[in-house]
Amino acid sequence: MRTTTRAATAALATLALVATACGSDAEEAVDDAVDEVEEVADDAEEAVEGEVDDEPAEAPAEETTDDAADAEALTIGIVAPSAVNDLAFTQSMIDSLDRVGEERDIDVQVTDGTFIVEDGGAALRGYAESGLDLVIAHGTQYGGPLAEIAAEFPDTTFAWGTSADNLGLDNVFAYTVRSDQGGYVNGLMAAQITDSGTIGVVGPVEAGDAALYVDGFVAGAAAQDPAVSVNVNYIESFSDVALAAEAATAFVESGADVLTGTAQMVVGATGVAVDQGIPWFGTQSDQAPLGADIVVASQEYHWEVILTQIFDAVEAGEPGQVFELTFENGGLEMIFNEGYALDDAIRTAADEAIAGLSDGSLATGL
Amino acid sequence: MWGDFFTTSVLVATLASGIRLATPFLLAALGEAIGQRSGVLNLGVEGVMLIGAFAAYFTKLRTDSALLAVGAALAAGAVMGLVYAFMTVVMQAEQGISGIGIFLFGLGFTDLLYQKQVGTPQPVSKLGKVEIPLLSDIPWIGEIFFQHNVLVYVAFLLVPTAWFVINKTTFGLNIRAVGETPEAADTLGVSVRLVRLQTIVIGNVMAGLAGGALALEVAIFQQNLTAGQGFIAIALVYFGAWRPAGVMAGALLFGIVSAVVVRLKTLGIVEGASSSLLSMAPAILTIVVLVIVSGRIAAPAALTRHFDRAT
Repeated sequence: MRTTTRAATAALATLALVATACGSDAEEAVDDAVDEVEEVADDAEEAVEGEVDDEPAEAPAEETTDDAADAEALTIGIVAPSAVNDLAFTQSMIDSLDRVGEERDIDVQVTDGTFIVEDGGAALRGYAESGLDLVIAHGTQYGGPLAEIAAEFPDTTFAWGTSADNLGLDNVFAYTVRSDQGGYVNGLMAAQITDSGTIGVVGPVEAGDAALYVDGFVAGAAAQDPAVSVNVNYIESFSDVALAAEAATAFVESGADVLTGTAQMVVGATGVAVDQGIPWFGTQSDQAPLGADIVVASQEYHWEVILTQIFDAVEAGEPGQVFELTFENGGLEMIFNEGYALDDAIRTAADEAIAGLSDGSLATGL
Repeated sequence: MWGDFFTTSVLVATLASGIRLATPFLLAALGEAIGQRSGVLNLGVEGVMLIGAFAAYFTKLRTDSALLAVGAALAAGAVMGLVYAFMTVVMQAEQGISGIGIFLFGLGFTDLLYQKQVGTPQPVSKLGKVEIPLLSDIPWIGEIFFQHNVLVYVAFLLVPTAWFVINKTTFGLNIRAVGETPEAADTLGVSVRLVRLQTIVIGNVMAGLAGGALALEVAIFQQNLTAGQGFIAIALVYFGAWRPAGVMAGALLFGIVSAVVVRLKTLGIVEGASSSLLSMAPAILTIVVLVIVSGRIAAPAALTRHFDRAT
């Protein structure tokens, strides 16, 4: 359904190993193309036979309908900063697209790992030039190049997140996530788990859903127990795993006995949590695989909730709007790790908070 | 609030952290320094570090053997060294461009391997700390210097080793001669190409080990794990004036400043915009020192210059 394009490998085409590795993909593509040609040929033969035999062309008609449906598949290109299976920001979107793809005819192309904004911009331009129905810039950092590219391609529809601003362009949909809601629930639980009264938060850059999650976490912990100290360290990088690990280590050495963090570099921090046996609260994707015994709960994004709305709007030709994920619309879900023995009272408090945030009786204050 | 930082426990932990952070820089920069002393610039250190990191991580993941993991990092570095030597010494390709090619190869290749062979992030067990008997029990000093994993000790022991090899051995004399006046070295019967091939392999082996040390310290691999550390290592070679002790000083400075920044932010002493600015401190400090010392140091005269006996 999707193909992964890697700008970096293009520069390495001179080296045999990559050429060999890419060769298998190329062969698969060729095989697919051959299969399609053979199917078309079979269809043609069947159609001809139907005419010769003077039989009702029901079967070919059905296939033609299928072909028409294939032709109407919504073509989507997505540019994302990290790997498609990062257990964080990018994977949450890819998993959501997969879920949407189970119920809707979409054709998705992915360019992941474009942590360099200029590379991401080049990929966005490439998708725009190729005439896809929708081009998704999945990363706050792509706002700069997107503003320029979207203006150049007014007939192409773009989606950009996380952002609550569609750049003032009718062909840009913005999507954002109320990550503070899950952060609030996580903070509320963390404040009840900590014995030392000190919690550490490893953040990337103070922007987008990462900052919102951190702020929500701080608010949740404060609401539960104002005496709990929540220290935040934005390491100013989405990719520096070593620095994230060092920040987590510093937290532990400073007395923190509960940790959380957001963005793809947190795998460094979760490593420290596993090593020290410290409870970890995740966000973006279910992070239990990073620490089966220490991950308490994760806020998971279900982008499919807004993707469906965006796809509907694209097909209806409606101008750019802003969408957001919340507990209320099902775009956010708390995943509790069964491998962690969470106290029943804490779980109950968390469920009550989720219910309150969903029905509006509780607010994060952000 | 600053009082929270100036406590014995925090200062000791910060210095220990600085040494830990300096280790990958030191290993990579030492290797690069040896290569540059022979006249070979390798901008591909970052890529080789990534390949070494993936090799170590993947081996650890599959075998759970730290020894094999380190061996894999060394072997990966050696292979990349032979590739780079073939490109720059045998084929005489331009060193700067070749190095960038190696970097891009390492970046893309490790990501490709990771996606195909591992997929989603899978932690491995960290390298255990080796506490040096008696020394590790010394108050403050023990925690700062003698409670690290074995690769930290290896890195710092390689500093006097590199100094000895460069300054006190025939091989070291050949390295320096080849890096300054390869024509003269050639007339004295020194094989310029062989010496450069050897230094390239040594440098790349150390870069591979640097990547391995990083991966085994954070106990995971991810795309672009090194996050620019290889390029900083190259800057540290200039910072250290191509001398092992100078390179070590640069690596320590960078590591300790980074550790201080992490602690200040962790303790909430600096926040917001100040925090963002402070994050640039290690790089800014390195640039400032480079500017200050640049007029007083001279690079190896034949650095980046090819040697062709026929000419």
